Amino acid sequence: MKGFTSLKNIQKDLQSYTVTCVELVEHYLDRIKDQKDINAFVETFDVSASAQAVLVDAKIKEGKAGVLAGLIISIKDNICYEGHKLSASSKMLEGFESLYSSTVVERLLKEDAIIIGRTNCDEFAMGSSNETSFYGPVKNPLDKNKVAGGSSGGAAASVAADLCMAALGSDTGGSIRQPASFTGTVGLKPTYGRVSRHGLIAFGSSFDQIGTFTKNVDDAALITEVIAGKDEFDSTVSRKEVEPYFEEIDSQKDKKQRIAYFDCYVNHKAIDPEVRKRTIEIIEKLRLEGHQVDEVKFDYLDQIVPTYYVLTTAEASSNLARYDGIHFGYRSTNATDLESTYVKSRSEGFGREVKRRIMLGTYVLSAGYYDAYYTKAQKVRRLVRDCTNEVFENYDFIISPTSPHTAFDLNAQKDDQIKMYLEDIYTVQANLAGIPAISLPLGIGSDKMPFGIQLMTSAFNEKKLLSFSKQVVNKFALTSELEKA
Amino acid sequence: MAVDIKTVERIATLSKLEFSETEKQEITVDMNRMLDFVAQLSTADTEGVKPLIYMLEEEAELRKDEVIGSITQQDALKNAPEKDSDFIKVPKVINKD
Repeated sequence: MKGFTSLKNIQKDLQSYTVTCVELVEHYLDRIKDQKDINAFVETFDVSASAQAVLVDAKIKEGKAGVLAGLIISIKDNICYEGHKLSASSKMLEGFESLYSSTVVERLLKEDAIIIGRTNCDEFAMGSSNETSFYGPVKNPLDKNKVAGGSSGGAAASVAADLCMAALGSDTGGSIRQPASFTGTVGLKPTYGRVSRHGLIAFGSSFDQIGTFTKNVDDAALITEVIAGKDEFDSTVSRKEVEPYFEEIDSQKDKKQRIAYFDCYVNHKAIDPEVRKRTIEIIEKLRLEGHQVDEVKFDYLDQIVPTYYVLTTAEASSNLARYDGIHFGYRSTNATDLESTYVKSRSEGFGREVKRRIMLGTYVLSAGYYDAYYTKAQKVRRLVRDCTNEVFENYDFIISPTSPHTAFDLNAQKDDQIKMYLEDIYTVQANLAGIPAISLPLGIGSDKMPFGIQLMTSAFNEKKLLSFSKQVVNKFALTSELEKA
Repeated sequence: MAVDIKTVERIATLSKLEFSETEKQEITVDMNRMLDFVAQLSTADTEGVKPLIYMLEEEAELRKDEVIGSITQQDALKNAPEKDSDFIKVPKVINKD
């Protein structure tokens, strides 16, 4: 079977009966089996995916198919799907089966998408290389000695290796955008509150947001439009109308934008010279296209990652209190009484990085430290959000690299947690400010590995972000530049 | 050092976690490194700044207070690691003697 590059061209073939959903499911399940060594999937949903394919094929014949008919999509192992297992790639939830579907899954299925399986991730989405998973690391399909990024590493790899058309991941501090950068895919983190978190295993509840991995911007627009919007099961989701991201994907065509960049990002000491060079090159090209691109000051470079870690570990320590070995999940067989059931189940069920974060989170929330760390970080978060919003009073977008470098070698950073935390240097700002951000595959290093350029915009401006992203990819993706040359 | 073994033990108790002696040493080092790292927070001037707690500007909408039920007892028991036909089982909480 030929490779498909977009949902629209799959749907063309489905409409002309050149291919069926049943064949598509078989094709992708075979590919997943063939490429098992990447370790992208924890489990494939062969039975339900095949059954859904039969249903969707029938609907296509009747002319009643939904807008996502034929979309073969994976979900990260922290997104609930009724009657299916999920584990947040932790021993703690091995064997756990969801009693209900997340809102995003409900909405995908309603529009006739087919969910092919659940993808490997860092344990409880805590990590930047997918190496903290109970199921082992995900390998980068473009170079199997390298990481796929994290925490949604399996999701990114599933799209990059063409094991499905698209993937849902979650992004707390960069967990969609950084793996998208490492695998040459398009990764979108929507505005906080744009997509319901009902049925997403919580990590940092004021940061977490579900988003997409796709091969192109159009598919991101189409899928996000379906999963976004108000939901009575999530009180933190916005009731704002969802704009027609897909239909109006060309709304920014030929429009001149005002774009800001931060010198402290582009010239950060940790940035790879090739990534810097390409970022500057794109800035120059945008100027030549007639866009206004200005250097803008950003005062919180040194505080953003610390703020992010204080707040997310605090939220995580509270969210992960529910894993007690009693109601669901792993229970230690070494326990003798109730207290030791809690303590031993948690100590044996959680991995090292998760325990490390629970400890830090508990510490910053404990008496005597609460104000110095937790309240302080919440105050700095307000400063970061306000100063980010101020930029958007004069600019449409902020441009930066997604990650300081291309994918690194497996095991290379495992033991240096601070270095690992700095992986998120360009991505955490969007989560702190609650704004949408996208990683676009616009760079290739001399190691032949891809890297992404990130665009951020103001809250709830996904339509504009997606439309401009499409323009940028069409103009500056390396393949289209080669074609022009 | 800001965090010593005693602090680690206290935080572990609060977190319902336990660590071996070697792990305690490791986590003491880890926590101190992380606290050094997040100490950069103190360099931001937050005089008069209110903490940011809720990310959404819209006011939360309350739903009607209606009884809609949730899951069945059987479903609730489904994922419990130890159970009988009606209850989740836990080790004895109170010993008679």
